Amino acid sequence: MTDAAANGVAWLAVVVAVFAAWHTVRRQPFSNPLFYAAAVLEIALLAMLVGGSIALAGTSRDVDGVLFVSYLVTLVVIPPAAVLWGIAEKSRWGTGVVVVAMLTVAVLCVRVLQIWKGINV
Amino acid sequence: MSDTGPNPTGTAHGFGRALVAVYAVFALAASARSIFQLATKADEAPVAYALSALAGVVYVVATFALATDRRRLATAAIGFELIGVLAVGVLSLVDGSLFPDETVWSDFGAGYLLIPLVLPFVGLWWLQSTRGQAKAPRTHTTRGRNH
Repeated sequence: MTDAAANGVAWLAVVVAVFAAWHTVRRQPFSNPLFYAAAVLEIALLAMLVGGSIALAGTSRDVDGVLFVSYLVTLVVIPPAAVLWGIAEKSRWGTGVVVVAMLTVAVLCVRVLQIWKGINV
Repeated sequence: MSDTGPNPTGTAHGFGRALVAVYAVFALAASARSIFQLATKADEAPVAYALSALAGVVYVVATFALATDRRRLATAAIGFELIGVLAVGVLSLVDGSLFPDETVWSDFGAGYLLIPLVLPFVGLWWLQSTRGQAKAPRTHTTRGRNH
């Protein structure tokens, strides 16, 4: 689990959040590009779950494993839940849900990195 | 576009969608945190961890109530949340030893970008602003019956 991986995914989530916010502000309905953007992020999160779990198994660091993996699993669950909850809403706030979710993903990515480094906040 | 049409008036629609999403995040954050804290180090700071659990329950109830348009339950849960964040915020600043480990409500939720402090106000405002819309169709139907 490198800084670049976690920070990269966090920034990707921020980019998707901005893209979703653009939809919200312009009252655009949930679009296909936004769906694909969320899907790309989901793939990155799945890769982080797998990569993080492998790294956890092979590390000699003092990482809180249960906490670490539960964060990674939570991250994987968030985008599908947000898309399902948001896509059913036909007003501008359907994409607002995605904004909230993506910012949450970004924050959780930063926390995952802190947990990996053993920084207890 | 599509949102110019007649909007469903429940608390889970329109802006309420996004609000429910925020509440869901905090329901998850607070309850997951307390489960982890209670499971791994319950004896270190029982007050703080019990409080985390209570906050988690309150957020879960508020999320559920807002998502399913249960106004009275939502008002009660969000009102409790407001009292909780204010009381814990003051207590944690006055006497830090009460809460040796962080909870969502410590220092008015400063560890969570102060969102826990703002959220109950937004929630109560939202319940208030959707109330009129929810009543309107009801008065309309009773009027229809009377005439």
